[in-house]
Amino acid sequence: MTKEEQSTGPFESDDEITWCPGCGNFAILKAIKTALLELKKRPEEILMVSGIGQAAKLPHYIRANVFNGLHGRALPPAVAAKIVNPELTVIVHSGDGDTYGEGGNHFIHNIRRNVDIAHFVHDNQIYALTKGQASPTTALGQVTGIQTKGNLDQPLNPLMLALAAGASFVARGFTGRPEHLINLMKEAISHPGYALIDILQPCVSFNKVNTHSWYADRVYELPEEYDTGNLSRALESAMEWGEKIPVGIFYRVEKPTFSDRLSWLTDRPPLVDRVWEPRDAEKFMKELE
Amino acid sequence: MDFNILVGGAAGQGVDTVAKVLEFIIKKQGFEVFSHKDYMSRVRGGHNFHQIRFADRPIYSHRETLDVILALDATTVGVHSSRLLAQSVLVCEESYRTEISEGKALWLPLKEKAVEAGSKLTEGTVAAGAVLRLFDFDFAKVWPVLHSLFKAKIFEVNRRALEIGYTLVEPQFKLEFPDSQPRIMVTGSQAIGLGALAAGVSFYSGYPMTPSTGIMTYLASKMEEAGIVVEQAEDEIAAINMAIGASYAGARAMTATSGGGFCLMVEGLGLAAMTETPLVIAEIQRPGPVTGFPTRTEQADLSFVLTASQGEFPRMVTALRDPEDAFYQTVRAFNLADKFQIPVILLGDQYLGDYYQTIPPFDFSGLTIERALAGEEVWKQAEHYQRYKLTEDGISPRLVPGRCGTQVVIVDSDEHTEDGHITEAADVRIAMTKKRLQRLEHLKEEVQEPWAFGQTDPEILLLAWGSVAGPVREAIELLEEDYSIGALIFGDIYPLPTKLLTAMKPNVKRLINVEQNATGQLALLIRQEALIACTHSILRYDGRPMSGQYISNRVREVISE
Repeated sequence: MTKEEQSTGPFESDDEITWCPGCGNFAILKAIKTALLELKKRPEEILMVSGIGQAAKLPHYIRANVFNGLHGRALPPAVAAKIVNPELTVIVHSGDGDTYGEGGNHFIHNIRRNVDIAHFVHDNQIYALTKGQASPTTALGQVTGIQTKGNLDQPLNPLMLALAAGASFVARGFTGRPEHLINLMKEAISHPGYALIDILQPCVSFNKVNTHSWYADRVYELPEEYDTGNLSRALESAMEWGEKIPVGIFYRVEKPTFSDRLSWLTDRPPLVDRVWEPRDAEKFMKELE
Repeated sequence: MDFNILVGGAAGQGVDTVAKVLEFIIKKQGFEVFSHKDYMSRVRGGHNFHQIRFADRPIYSHRETLDVILALDATTVGVHSSRLLAQSVLVCEESYRTEISEGKALWLPLKEKAVEAGSKLTEGTVAAGAVLRLFDFDFAKVWPVLHSLFKAKIFEVNRRALEIGYTLVEPQFKLEFPDSQPRIMVTGSQAIGLGALAAGVSFYSGYPMTPSTGIMTYLASKMEEAGIVVEQAEDEIAAINMAIGASYAGARAMTATSGGGFCLMVEGLGLAAMTETPLVIAEIQRPGPVTGFPTRTEQADLSFVLTASQGEFPRMVTALRDPEDAFYQTVRAFNLADKFQIPVILLGDQYLGDYYQTIPPFDFSGLTIERALAGEEVWKQAEHYQRYKLTEDGISPRLVPGRCGTQVVIVDSDEHTEDGHITEAADVRIAMTKKRLQRLEHLKEEVQEPWAFGQTDPEILLLAWGSVAGPVREAIELLEEDYSIGALIFGDIYPLPTKLLTAMKPNVKRLINVEQNATGQLALLIRQEALIACTHSILRYDGRPMSGQYISNRVREVISE
């Protein structure tokens, strides 16, 4: 895709896109730009955070504040920035390896923290930037350049993991259903608390199993009457993977966010605007006398 | 007047509480106190002790010889009684009666008297009462101090226990009360925490690791009143990455850990450097590698922190010399991190972190918070803001996201353009590397020369860094009558200030590095940075801190070689 084909508007970046032609990331980029436009957000209100990988390059291709940090470590700086400045809309874009492999610990514990951020995982079930090794979501037995006898490790189910860890918003999207994905993104961004969308996405260069048509043949949308407030039902739906793969919002409930729990900061300005002089700390010396 | 009391027992016996009672009571009477804690990595059993030294003049170190031992178990008697002098006194429960080689033993019915006071748990308080009587402290003045140390529920029983203990013995020592100066009693950990609060820290993320946890505990205790966030991260990797994210977003942010945790933080250290995000990291050393001696002291991480992370970038490393230094250097670290947009590492150790020392109250009037953020003139410009704009001094104007009009702030761990976008261009790589390193040259103008003790133009010069400062200072006091001797104690250690050392070098015949490690890491750095080689080394690496007496003895050995 050339620069001219990118969506225009305030979110257009002048950085050159380095993804492979036909990459599922283009659809995700277009979807996030559209979602932000439709939510009437401004670039300066947005903080895009990522780790390392093909997905993690996305923040460069949209005009916004960007923190492109370390492999696996997108979530810690993202939640900290949100805690410091709750007015920022913080969105994390990272891949399946970045999020579920290298960053697995942060994934689990930031669900517990429930900071108000949206987390969009570009899940192509493969390591792409390093040219095609198994990721935590690659199928058992799939052959790669390193897994020459087939992947020896069974894939993890990110939705079940997120649900088990207590996530308040868990969804799955597919790059082949852009309108559906845009809506999911808008819901995730608007959700108070941590919101996960695992986005199924083909890797045209390195995953010859989970292709666009492989997904397209299997994906179906959760029906309208689906109850998003039922955790048991959500776990059951999250278990469905194979001939049929559901997409949509699996689970959504409102829980107190991390900021809600900071009761002592309720009547204070955001930390970024904190007014403080050294002398303000002098009172703490009294107890040392 | 200079007394040294050892309080020892097993973990769980209340050694900490008894030591605290004595420390605070003695401090409140106007004495200078230096109280050092030696503890094992276990919650029950083992052998823990405090050495509470007090005097009518400033003191800077623990010492080896003991005037009083308060033993809560037989182990304490066995391990420490050889350190008693002829006029010293041992206070111990009578059922542990044994022979001691020096000093006078007072075998007291502590267990029985504790029950009499109302709780067998007050055995230590009974003994503390006896010790206070040995020094003839005025009981009417000492017991009110207990109010601040015991909750209401157990106050009365402890007051009774202290009073009963007081009646068990007769005075043995004569106190000389000093002209009382205003004093605070503080540990290095508290001083670092209070320094961070004074500097305006508003976000602290950390993972508990002895001996650094005291900093986090202190800050957490002030979280509500100061209106800050102290968050326990899932691991040290998260801790440093959270602190960097908070700093990027505009908060003054900090993390602390010990060597093992710092190992996990190293990639994050590089991230702070590459993204040019200000960050203060306190590394409170313990003996390594890996788990090592969890609760003991060492200075063996210097070489590691100097070069931690791949790649080349400027960093500042400041070793903390005592609690007073720790406070002021912590405040300064935040300002330097902001000014140069670099990581600043504060190096402490278990000794510094845990000992209590009486010092003059901190002077807040001269402290400033210098954020060095760019103003409106930068964010109101028509063109897009460039986070890594090439400038004459290598310092790019820094803005905070969401607080700079319609501009956006783009930072990247990849090599990046002035805009903050990923690049692989050779010329940009060279320009950005130069830009990052250029700040080191300006940083060199900020470094402070080492503290100098003893003679200014000596024949024997001791070189030390960090928490060895106090012990070296006392060693110089013990040695300067007999020798032409002085000492330089480095605080700022990277970039290394070399002016004073270079000026003193010509007259020096013996140059001795005194370090709490096995390889002489300061000597290595000095050889590298100043082309000066030490002639002798005094190294200790058994996890136990060096006292002034210890260093003095070792110096005499070196000289007599």
